[in-house]
Amino acid sequence: MSDVTSVPDARGYFGAYGGRFIPEALVAAVEQVADEYEKAKADPAFAAELNALLKDYTGRPSPLTDVRRFSAEAGGARILLKREDLNHTGSHKINNVLGQALLTRRMGKNRLIAETGAGQHGVATATAAALFGMECTIYMGEVDTQRQALNVARMRMLGAEVVPVKSGSRTLKDAINEAFRDWVANVDSTHYLFGTVAGPHPFPMMVRDFHRVIGQEARGQVLERTGRLPDAVVACVGGGSNAMGVFYDFIPDAGVRLIGIEAAGEGVQTLRHAATLTKGDPGVLHGSRTYVLQDEDGQTIESHSISAGLDYPGVGPEHAYLKDTGRAEYRPCTDADAMDALRLLSRTEGIIPAIESSHALAGALELGRELGPDAVILVNLSGRGDKDMHTAAQYFGLLDSSDAETSDDAAGGAK
Amino acid sequence: MTNALLDQTLAAAKAEGRAALIGYLPAGFPSVAGAAQAVQALIDGGADVVEIGLPHSDPVLDGPTIQTADDIALRGGVRTKDVLETIRTVAAANPTVPVLCMTYWNPVDRYGQARFAADLAAAGGAGCILPDLPVEEADGWLAAAAEHGLATVFVVAPSSRDERLGIITAKGTGFVYAAAVMGVTGTRTQVGEMAEDLAARTRATTELPVCVGLGVSDAGQAAEVAAFADGVIVGSAFVQRILDADSPEAGYAAVRELAAELARGVRKR
Repeated sequence: MSDVTSVPDARGYFGAYGGRFIPEALVAAVEQVADEYEKAKADPAFAAELNALLKDYTGRPSPLTDVRRFSAEAGGARILLKREDLNHTGSHKINNVLGQALLTRRMGKNRLIAETGAGQHGVATATAAALFGMECTIYMGEVDTQRQALNVARMRMLGAEVVPVKSGSRTLKDAINEAFRDWVANVDSTHYLFGTVAGPHPFPMMVRDFHRVIGQEARGQVLERTGRLPDAVVACVGGGSNAMGVFYDFIPDAGVRLIGIEAAGEGVQTLRHAATLTKGDPGVLHGSRTYVLQDEDGQTIESHSISAGLDYPGVGPEHAYLKDTGRAEYRPCTDADAMDALRLLSRTEGIIPAIESSHALAGALELGRELGPDAVILVNLSGRGDKDMHTAAQYFGLLDSSDAETSDDAAGGAK
Repeated sequence: MTNALLDQTLAAAKAEGRAALIGYLPAGFPSVAGAAQAVQALIDGGADVVEIGLPHSDPVLDGPTIQTADDIALRGGVRTKDVLETIRTVAAANPTVPVLCMTYWNPVDRYGQARFAADLAAAGGAGCILPDLPVEEADGWLAAAAEHGLATVFVVAPSSRDERLGIITAKGTGFVYAAAVMGVTGTRTQVGEMAEDLAARTRATTELPVCVGLGVSDAGQAAEVAAFADGVIVGSAFVQRILDADSPEAGYAAVRELAAELARGVRKR
């Protein structure tokens, strides 16, 4: 196995994955992003400004929380949560957004556009736009604007325009398509603030780098707390940004298992899931070569997950590489198991996680039972669940009957 | 390696002192069975070259009109093999008309680039336009295309810098597709300014014909573009005619009529 920390290469390849599959109209803009990022990396003033924002605006470092009552349900393994849910705006997404917003200012552009699934990246981007005095347009699948209505209101409160995307599956994939269309037409003034470790080079590398702080902090915190490295690091994977962020600094630690949890929706044996690495095949989607849920003609298959943020038929190319090299493992987790984990953490620890992050929690419960009480498992709690209360209320029937008419149907997995 | 029929067709238009008319329609539209008739209407109306699109689930470079057509085609069950069959039908009926395939990269990647090149050539196709395959990622395809006598048409954009234009045109064959505006496909009221500058900058790097597309929808615009381009490429306006028609037959008639109008336009420069 080649050195997995030396990727990507100059053309943006992580082994066979990545690259830059984009229309010519975007080549100059993407090259500008790559050039500016290289310059910014070499500029101490950039790092200083970003670090100050991460500390004083975002609230980093995020804490590490021992969850003993929750751990009791996980075979007694010691579970530690990296609390990205406590960041300003409620998820890890702000780490990358602040980095790219600073880069946008360096490039002399004044308009940010972004895709969003659950709305967390959209909220973070709208937040940065407000902070930096930039215009902001967020593309969000129409289905997602309905199931994450609170985040739509947050983005609009922050001054962003939210465009519900009605094409295709009306979810995250189509929001990305629409954002690319906007970018092609407005590239002179606009930066596409891509929200995950996918897309054309340099986005997979750059977004990973901006989230790397998660794993850097967590590695030190786990060592300090437990006196050793964890046996495993667990994170949910949609596009895969929070997972790459927490995984990256553990890659050289060969004894630490890296486990990504994909959304299995109604089950990977059905057609309604978003388990791209488990069930997909290599192909090209949204600017890079990676695993894709696709049919035999190379048409993208619509994904499904109860979690809008994981409902995506592609995945970041570095995850494809980590899977093929065997350095990371990827497991599916159903809607039902994720929702059970959401309720369990809420009731054992007083922490309501995002549905996305609940997939990682469910994965940790399973892994803890496999590894037993001596194990230490680090879970990236990538976001908080406030935005998901509408979905959870319907799913668990939490509201009085007149408010939750559909809860009986949706509560199939609830006990 | 290039495609002789395509080269000859563009050279003949040039010899007549006019631009060529290049028309686009997606396969599977308005139906799998009807697509060849729709393309035939393009040719009957006066298109010199035709592009047959391979409908895609994620057409990031297309505006609402072609997105709608792709959606209709995919819902109608169009498959890659149907696209090749439509190309075969059109090419067989029109041996003097070059038939190109325009497709996003993933369907070709999935089919296998060598196999796709072989099957496209066997169907009588003249080449491919691959709008999301940059020249840096195209070596494998270029080798396969050359082996089967297919042209590979690259797209250049107003944002392409001169140095990059040279890199692209050195690898392309058949013609260079110059995007008239920054944006996705769809008709526009203005197409001229950036296109003329781009065509001139492109010509400075290559002997290949430079054909201009994106936004052209009527004879006046066709004439305007024909003044500085070797070919005028029209797609969305044809698709819209079919979408607006009450029946497929009425749509084909409207396509034929528009092609004839545009064919007059490219002769008026």
